Amino acid sequence: MPVSTANSQIIFDALKANGVRLISALPETWLVHLIRLADADPDVTLVRLAKEEEGVGISMGAHLAGVKSAMLMQNHGFLAAINGIVSGAQLYRIPLLMLISDRGTFGERDPWQTEGGAVTESVLSALRIPTMRLSNPARVAYQVRQAQTLASASNKPVALLLTRDLMWEDA
Amino acid sequence: MTRIEALRAVYDRLDGSAVVTIMGAVAAELQSIGHRPNFFYLQHAMGLASSVGLGIALSKPDVPVVVFDGDGSVLMNLGGLSTLARYRPANLLHVVFDNESLLSVGGFPTATGAGTRLAEVAAAAGVPRTACVTTIDEFVKAFAAAQQAKDLTTLVAKVDAVGPSAFVTDLGLLENRFQFQRYLQSR
Repeated sequence: MPVSTANSQIIFDALKANGVRLISALPETWLVHLIRLADADPDVTLVRLAKEEEGVGISMGAHLAGVKSAMLMQNHGFLAAINGIVSGAQLYRIPLLMLISDRGTFGERDPWQTEGGAVTESVLSALRIPTMRLSNPARVAYQVRQAQTLASASNKPVALLLTRDLMWEDA
Repeated sequence: MTRIEALRAVYDRLDGSAVVTIMGAVAAELQSIGHRPNFFYLQHAMGLASSVGLGIALSKPDVPVVVFDGDGSVLMNLGGLSTLARYRPANLLHVVFDNESLLSVGGFPTATGAGTRLAEVAAAAGVPRTACVTTIDEFVKAFAAAQQAKDLTTLVAKVDAVGPSAFVTDLGLLENRFQFQRYLQSR
């Protein structure tokens, strides 16, 4: 499976360096290494979800209890979590760090991913969620730090889009 | 039993617990009995009160957490019961007031009035302690036993479909949120 183990490690290290101690996730292909890293790390609590919207509630509780958290999900999971994001995290001003695998964009081979890829950034924009694309592994640590800083200062959700260039090593 | 009778009957047992409620009647009734800094009312995001409780329980394992949920909200997040069971926080007591109705939006019947049994759903999801009670005495006993048990409990209380005439209170959502956060910081 050509999901980048090296870049998954860089992302995970950046989350840990920013104090993230709870990660909620629903598996998808691009996230497998990240989820395994979280599962193997004794300093990180991994919460495996049935549906992504639960992760918003869990991150709300974690934040109120003083624990920094992040959500790992596919863009379709983000679309499934929107009411929780709006009427939970935004309504209650929760700094929610969302890492969203950006499936269905240029280079996508799975037909079922393509509609989500076409709308993800527009939906994030409509929700006024500050968004950055992670493509260059050399900048990941910096961008994760910037995202966490803005989330904390604004008490609002932010999104980091995990791109094909970063996550997938095409043969 | 009515929900407000049930809330009154366990109100004094909420000292020292982080309490999360759903929106609507539950939030308004608990506030009418008396707001405290350890109460957080999730005034939207239906279905996620138990998830918020799970996030708190995992982050503060030494703080008892009580969630006051409802049948309509639980039905929106049935998968959340499986997540609760999977992580089985010993400090989480999940109470579900089941009035078989979406009372706050006009009393439309939910599936629990047509045969869905939430305590059994929770048990089948893997929640180790579950019960369904119909009287105040049973409710208080089961609530106290759950607080003693130190294991994840889903306690379904069948209540009448009655509630307050209004749901908006003078407690601001963000005021409540920051006060509750400070309470948790002190624990």
